[in-house]
Amino acid sequence: MPANDAHAHAESPALRVQFDTEAQQKDASTLGMWLFLITEVMFFGGMFLVYTVYRNAYPGIFAIASSSLDVYIGAANTVVLLCSSFTMVLAVRAAQLGQRKAIILFLILTLILGGIFLGVKAYEWNEKFQEHHVPGSSFHFEGMQPDEQAHAQLFFSLYFAMTGLHALHMVIGVGMLLFLIRQAQKGRYSAEYMTPVDLGGLYWHFVDIIWIFLFPLLYLIDRHLKG
Amino acid sequence: MITAAVPERENYLNNAYGIKSWLLTRDHKRIGLLYLFTVTLFFFLGGAFATMIRIELLTPQGNFVSSETYNKLFTMHGVAMIFFFLIPAIPATLGNFFLPMMIGARDLAFPRINLLSWYLLVIGGLFSLFAMLAGGVDTGWTFYTPYSTTYSNSWVIATALGIFISGFSSILTGLNFIVTVHRMRAPGMTWMRMPLFVWSHYATALIQVLGTPVVAVTIILLFCERVFHIGIFDPTLGGDPVLFQHMFWFYSHPAVYIMILPAMGIVSELVSVFSRKPVFGYQFVAYASMAIAVLGFLVWGHHLFVSTQSVYAALVFSFLSYFVAIPSAIKVFNWTATLYKGSISFATPMLYAFGFIGLFTIGGLTGLFVAALGFDVHVTDTYFVVAHFHYIMVGGTIMAYLGGLHYWWPKITGRMYPEGWAKLSALIIFLGFNLTFFPQFILGYLGMPRRYHVYPDEFQVLHVLSTAGASVLAVGYLMPMIYFIWSLRYGKVASANPWGATGLEWQTPSPPPVHNFDVTPIVTHDAYDYSTVIGQEVEVG
Amino acid sequence: MGKFPLFPEQASTFAPDVDHLTYFLLAVAVFFTVLIFCSIFYLAIRYRRRSDGELPHVPHGGLALEIVWSVIPFGITMVMFTWGASVFFNESRPPNNAMPLYVVAKQWMWKIEHMEGQREINELHIPLGRAVRLTMASEDVIHSFYVPAFRVKQDVVPGKYSTIWFQPTKPGKYHLFCAEFCGTRHSGMIGWVYVMQPRDYQNWLSGGAPAGTLAESGEKLFTDLACSNCHKADGTGRCPSLEGLFGKTVQLANGAKIVADEPYIRESILHPAAKIVAGYLPVMPTFQGLVTEDGVLQLIEYIKSLGPKPIVGGGGALGK
Repeated sequence: MPANDAHAHAESPALRVQFDTEAQQKDASTLGMWLFLITEVMFFGGMFLVYTVYRNAYPGIFAIASSSLDVYIGAANTVVLLCSSFTMVLAVRAAQLGQRKAIILFLILTLILGGIFLGVKAYEWNEKFQEHHVPGSSFHFEGMQPDEQAHAQLFFSLYFAMTGLHALHMVIGVGMLLFLIRQAQKGRYSAEYMTPVDLGGLYWHFVDIIWIFLFPLLYLIDRHLKG
Repeated sequence: MITAAVPERENYLNNAYGIKSWLLTRDHKRIGLLYLFTVTLFFFLGGAFATMIRIELLTPQGNFVSSETYNKLFTMHGVAMIFFFLIPAIPATLGNFFLPMMIGARDLAFPRINLLSWYLLVIGGLFSLFAMLAGGVDTGWTFYTPYSTTYSNSWVIATALGIFISGFSSILTGLNFIVTVHRMRAPGMTWMRMPLFVWSHYATALIQVLGTPVVAVTIILLFCERVFHIGIFDPTLGGDPVLFQHMFWFYSHPAVYIMILPAMGIVSELVSVFSRKPVFGYQFVAYASMAIAVLGFLVWGHHLFVSTQSVYAALVFSFLSYFVAIPSAIKVFNWTATLYKGSISFATPMLYAFGFIGLFTIGGLTGLFVAALGFDVHVTDTYFVVAHFHYIMVGGTIMAYLGGLHYWWPKITGRMYPEGWAKLSALIIFLGFNLTFFPQFILGYLGMPRRYHVYPDEFQVLHVLSTAGASVLAVGYLMPMIYFIWSLRYGKVASANPWGATGLEWQTPSPPPVHNFDVTPIVTHDAYDYSTVIGQEVEVG
Repeated sequence: MGKFPLFPEQASTFAPDVDHLTYFLLAVAVFFTVLIFCSIFYLAIRYRRRSDGELPHVPHGGLALEIVWSVIPFGITMVMFTWGASVFFNESRPPNNAMPLYVVAKQWMWKIEHMEGQREINELHIPLGRAVRLTMASEDVIHSFYVPAFRVKQDVVPGKYSTIWFQPTKPGKYHLFCAEFCGTRHSGMIGWVYVMQPRDYQNWLSGGAPAGTLAESGEKLFTDLACSNCHKADGTGRCPSLEGLFGKTVQLANGAKIVADEPYIRESILHPAAKIVAGYLPVMPTFQGLVTEDGVLQLIEYIKSLGPKPIVGGGGALGK
């Protein structure tokens, strides 16, 4: 165990002064990331709570409003996101093996898939604007009474709040990928030191999992009744 | 051994100078001081609002400020005190400074995130400060909908945004503490050897990490509701205003424990050091902190007994609330038992610890009152509740905070505070506090609602007493401010371990070197084993 | 300054219940406060430090002691819980024969409507000894109905009804406060509750010149809003008959059953599509924005008055 920081610095450039060993540093970073993801679970948990309360209050309206979403686009986007998680896993694997070029390749693939997801999401949102399904003064849902309009608007409020927050996390994820790609190009990551890629992977999978919950909750309500 | 003749050795204060060396520092000790400066500012700001509130309430007619201004005063008092003083006060200042040292670490696990946390608090604080200066906010610190979303014409969004941002400061501090405690303990520092201060901060950090995100999402929804009128909490659009209260208190009740648990940690240290005995029932006190953190998440509904929540929900929340009382009672009894056959010193920090135990006892027992359903229906939203939580937060948290500040002042600055003045101010604060808040229990039971600008004549005598107490209290709070600053230059030079304490933070010079320890300490004894310190040598001044 | 009370008046059947609970809580609190304060004083002085080098003997922890001071307080708190819950349970169950009154809260006044048609603002006249049940609605933000002398309080939340009941036991004039912060003139949203001898109350009732009973106002509104076009008494209309509806169980189109109480009728007026009666089509338009909370309460009272005497709510008990 190094007695002081001068020692510690001499060992490895990536080892920060507050840590004794690289294993300790990696452990700490990983634990930190997991804790961060727990805070994210609580964060989205609040949203899911609100969703549960109002879907329970207005089940019929939520089902009708949900059926106006395009389930095929949603499903396609789900596949895109799952593929991006797969390429992210490959990037982490490449980092563990110290294959620099493979890291970059798979990170870029992940980036592209993430970009496609966001692009499709933007298209869907744009559609909502054209259909007047965006909450606000111009909100209108065909074939509903005024008081039901309000409840349909509640569905779309939650739709935008939840997919919006998810998309925000995706955007942050994209920024993170850009950073990782740049660092990888500089040759910062090796089999010995690849913690940032590892943590980036955790974050990316988390954002993916959130979508796995969002998709059925928003797109698939009562879908089985319609066949 | 340090004497005045020897040139000062390098420490965390003199290793670098200039604004940049502070604003870009990653040293947890310097960041702790940045926090100290920030929260002190907000404490006096919140105190100024409180002063105006108390002056207004001298007369029943409400003739000092307008109703609008009065509503803004109590709102801003609450916002400044809770979000920008009480929540960061102990963890971000003393916790930041001493938690790594107490477990023998060179710093927190993530020093850059630690600095970021401070900036987030400052940015959040500036947003809220801007709202205060631009015209203020009048919703009460609880931001109940639909008043806050639809009816208030004040700066709700800027204030809420400030609280939202400062929330991330709290989350990141908690995250940093948890990782540090798990991964950075010195060799031999097992969990059951950790000082109770560390245990209580660990419990606090759990709440910060689990609770704060929920209030963050609540504030986002509040924000969307106010700006876009989307109906989440608006009854005219099918939303439920009580849902906001549930979400708000899911965080804000555990937040009470964010404020009190670190205070309990300080008191455990003080009671032990100044009795020169291990805290009686160390394990029970440590686990009690964890129990409070966990149970604290199950009782939020006791703020909603008259809110149209179902009768059965109220019964469950009342029942669970009593479970939190037990670990708190265990702590009080254990602290008291620690004194038995001890060697008790009446140094200022110990006086504050006594003050804490007494006032927390009263605050905690009145908590049992308001957890009783039939009683709470009568006193909720009255001055009884105001008195109850001030006994916990001012009588509890601030007492302990000041006690901790006196205790660690020699370590932080390398100087002793003036003992006589300090004892006097502790006494003044204790008396002033009781005179201020005890009459409010009676006021509340008489039926005086809180947040009232104008009130019926028969309540005036008690209000006058309360204001008189507040002026005594204000003097008590100003005194440490003055003599602490005085001591920086004129205080006696402090030795490494002036109290004969066992914590690792006392095994390094005062003020500590940049990375805390010249040699990583190896821990071979339980916390509070005074045979390792006393009898060898007690360094005095 | 004049009066300087230290204890609130007892003016309802709940007041002594709550006060007895308070005495118990106070006794426990005083006992433990004195215990802790005296222990600290005694131990601190008895074992004060006599020399700088002294090192006290370290006792072993006492598991028995820890158990004792966990279990005893727990037992005491469970008494508090049970006692508090039983008082609360009484407070939340109005007797069937309680006299109904309606309250509409708005920034910053209390509007009270009596069955006989009397309306009051920031004043509430009630007869001594008679249980009173208030059904309360808010037109804007959350308010809270609080009468300290009765020891009762209940939030009034927009978008739903809340109820509160009490039985005054002492004639007099008592404070009515709004206890939930509701905006600029929150502290001005106060009034007086007058508890009168029954005879005086009858005089007071007949003293004013009300436009008609609450049900009569409701009937006028029912006609003005053209509700009667569809809701025909004989059940031949496009919408269900409302005769004798109140208090009955209604079969809904989605298979569920619901008791027709005040919240149900309110919802059916403001959100008609939410619960459709079995056998009918969702043809009714919403009346949100067309009828105020006062109006809804009048309509409810009118619907209560239709057909045979209702079973719940006690609306028909008034004539006794």
